[in-house]
Amino acid sequence: MAPAADRLTYWRRCRQLTAVLTVLWFAAGLGVHFFARDLNFVFFGWPFSFWMASQGSLLVFALLIVVYAWCMERLDLAHGLAEDEP
Amino acid sequence: MKLGTGPAQPASEQSLFRRELNRVTAWFVLGVLGFIFLLAGLEHLGLPRQWIGLIFLLSTIALYATIGILSRTTDEAEYYVAGRRVPALYNGMATGADWMSAASFIGVAGTLYLTGYSGLAFIVGWTGGYCLVALFLAPYLRRFGQFTISDFLGERYGGRLPRLIAIGSVIFCSFTYVVAQIYGVGIVTARLTGVAFELGIFLGLGGILVCSFLGGMRAVTWTQVAQYIVLMIAYLVPVVWLSVKQTGVPLPQAVYGYQLQKVTAKEQELLVDPKEIEVRYAYAVQAELLRQKLENPAQALKDDRRSAESRIATLKASGAPVAEVLAAERALSGLPRDAKAAQRQWTAALAQAETKSLPLNGMPPHGQQFAGNPDGTLAEQAEFDLSRRNFLALVFCLMVGTAALPHILIRYYTVPTVREARRSVAWSMLFILLLYLTAPALAVLVKYEVLTQVVGTSFSQLPEWLAAWSRVDPSLLSVTDMNLDGVLQLNELTLGGDVIVLAAPAIAGLPYVISALVAAGALAAALSTADGLLLTISSAFSHDLYYKMIDPNASTARRVTISKMVLMVVALAAAYVAAQRPADILFLVSAAFSFAAAAFFPALVLGIFWKRANRLGASLGMLAGLGITIYYMAMTQPWMRGALGITAPVQLWWGIQPISAGVFGVPLGFAVMVVVSLLSRPPSESEQAVSERVRYPT
Repeated sequence: MAPAADRLTYWRRCRQLTAVLTVLWFAAGLGVHFFARDLNFVFFGWPFSFWMASQGSLLVFALLIVVYAWCMERLDLAHGLAEDEP
Repeated sequence: MKLGTGPAQPASEQSLFRRELNRVTAWFVLGVLGFIFLLAGLEHLGLPRQWIGLIFLLSTIALYATIGILSRTTDEAEYYVAGRRVPALYNGMATGADWMSAASFIGVAGTLYLTGYSGLAFIVGWTGGYCLVALFLAPYLRRFGQFTISDFLGERYGGRLPRLIAIGSVIFCSFTYVVAQIYGVGIVTARLTGVAFELGIFLGLGGILVCSFLGGMRAVTWTQVAQYIVLMIAYLVPVVWLSVKQTGVPLPQAVYGYQLQKVTAKEQELLVDPKEIEVRYAYAVQAELLRQKLENPAQALKDDRRSAESRIATLKASGAPVAEVLAAERALSGLPRDAKAAQRQWTAALAQAETKSLPLNGMPPHGQQFAGNPDGTLAEQAEFDLSRRNFLALVFCLMVGTAALPHILIRYYTVPTVREARRSVAWSMLFILLLYLTAPALAVLVKYEVLTQVVGTSFSQLPEWLAAWSRVDPSLLSVTDMNLDGVLQLNELTLGGDVIVLAAPAIAGLPYVISALVAAGALAAALSTADGLLLTISSAFSHDLYYKMIDPNASTARRVTISKMVLMVVALAAAYVAAQRPADILFLVSAAFSFAAAAFFPALVLGIFWKRANRLGASLGMLAGLGITIYYMAMTQPWMRGALGITAPVQLWWGIQPISAGVFGVPLGFAVMVVVSLLSRPPSESEQAVSERVRYPT
């Protein structure tokens, strides 16, 4: 088991990562759609904001989840908190 | 390590298990495809359609039942959390099926067809919620590692009150949702086989029970994996085919932007088309007549009856042909029975006529973001503002609601480790994206087909699928030649949202076997969600209420047996409610999201991330959030107002629609929790230790 100070660092890093990803989630999920009318340029046939709401935001969400899983696995390892391989 | 929270198997066994699973799944996919080809061959040889539908229905239910029976168990960990050894990928598939209900499978594409851009709120909201699941809930709940959501709230906040509120909310949210699923099962079964709706419900109920009754979560998980595969194949085949037919590219998600451009161009044409204007005018006249009648329905009905009677008299006196007299008599007997019925009938007709007197059949231009115009008149600016606000509010509610639905969250208890829980959310997202990236494409492709191929054809040459579906159910699809020019205008076509997915194979010109496959897919979507929900409800009764609060000494076997009994009772109760055909079922489903968001999200997230959150804060926060959400809906939503007999004038807060009531409940829940927690004593050591423990994987 990792020492207490190391655990606290782990938790601080985890919260920082969560905060950054939450901001990105908010921007991709709600922020960008607030400006939908202004982002009306053509993007591979779609009006950009239509594409964003039907595909762009979704792909960003998927990316955020993958990035989170990847970063947290590295963080687990770095702090000796990784679980045994099942 | 605490007993029962770690992986259930040693490493080598788990990897063997995975390999075996991959092999079985690959064979299963091949089997499903082979089965479809086999039936397509039989159809070609002349097997009647009714039989194909029946074979599909029975064989898929038999398949789920077999999996359910093979997975039977009386072991507690197996029954509630599938032994915690479901690999991330398969849990992702099961979550996908658990998540995608009949509403996702049938409803979303229809809503998108009818409302264009504003329907995308469902797409963004129902996927964005998984970010919240990944970042704030799944890994921590897995680390906590018991059986239910109430377990977490009960242990983290201590005492009986938080657990009791959680149990009540779980049952309330999930029951609303399960009624809608069973209703969907009834509809699909009835369509597929031609049996009565009520019988369809009970056939479907049998399908649900064989999956979950004997094997609990273990059986539900593996049937959901099978159901995911069936529903995904069923959804993709017609859309891909339609895309090939229209664009020559088998990747609808990548190319439908260009179809959208053509749709938009055609919409511009239809806006100023003289024939369309003629039809709109005819409907406007009809609406005006109805409005006059509605001013005094009793008198208007009397007048209608007198003129019908005098017409019959004149016809008889002039010796008109019998057929004409009969038609006039039918018109008389078709009149509403009394003033009340007349008022109801005419109000509905007026609403329809008003919609149909609008450009594009009342649908907004497909690609237009929000209503109104930010650079237009003051009224247009206000409309724009309101429309945008409601779009964002709905997205918010659906996102937070997704992250708080108990039947989704408990799926992350079933994976072996915290790491697998994180990966599993990523897999869930991927599997769900497949459908949500496709639904908007389907809506645009069908709209293109309707606007360019159907509109403007003469009534004698309408495509076959149009006639077929208007025979099935005229309320879903009907055509009337309003301006009597013999050519179909857009506003003369009434197309219900549910038809879009169900008719897609016929529109794409595929054989009937694919239509049956789509219906089987819709059935799989409804069954899988119903399974997960029923299990959640029965766990709430048997594990949370009975074991944790009434009889903590009950033996494992007794608990599992009680759970099975409760599951049966709840399933029957839900079927009974669904058979009453409750009004506004879609509203109830969406409402469940707002309820879940307000009840659970603040208490779960603060319970993990803020040690200072305490019992009183959580209890009052949950009650306040849920309370204000229910209150707002009860005061503003027409059906709820009617059910509760509320007559006070509707007062919308900031113009927010009742469907998004959670937008008030969630912030209020957070605020009450924080303020009350800070004003009362900090939680006990052991309660804070729960927060501390779940933050670290080991």
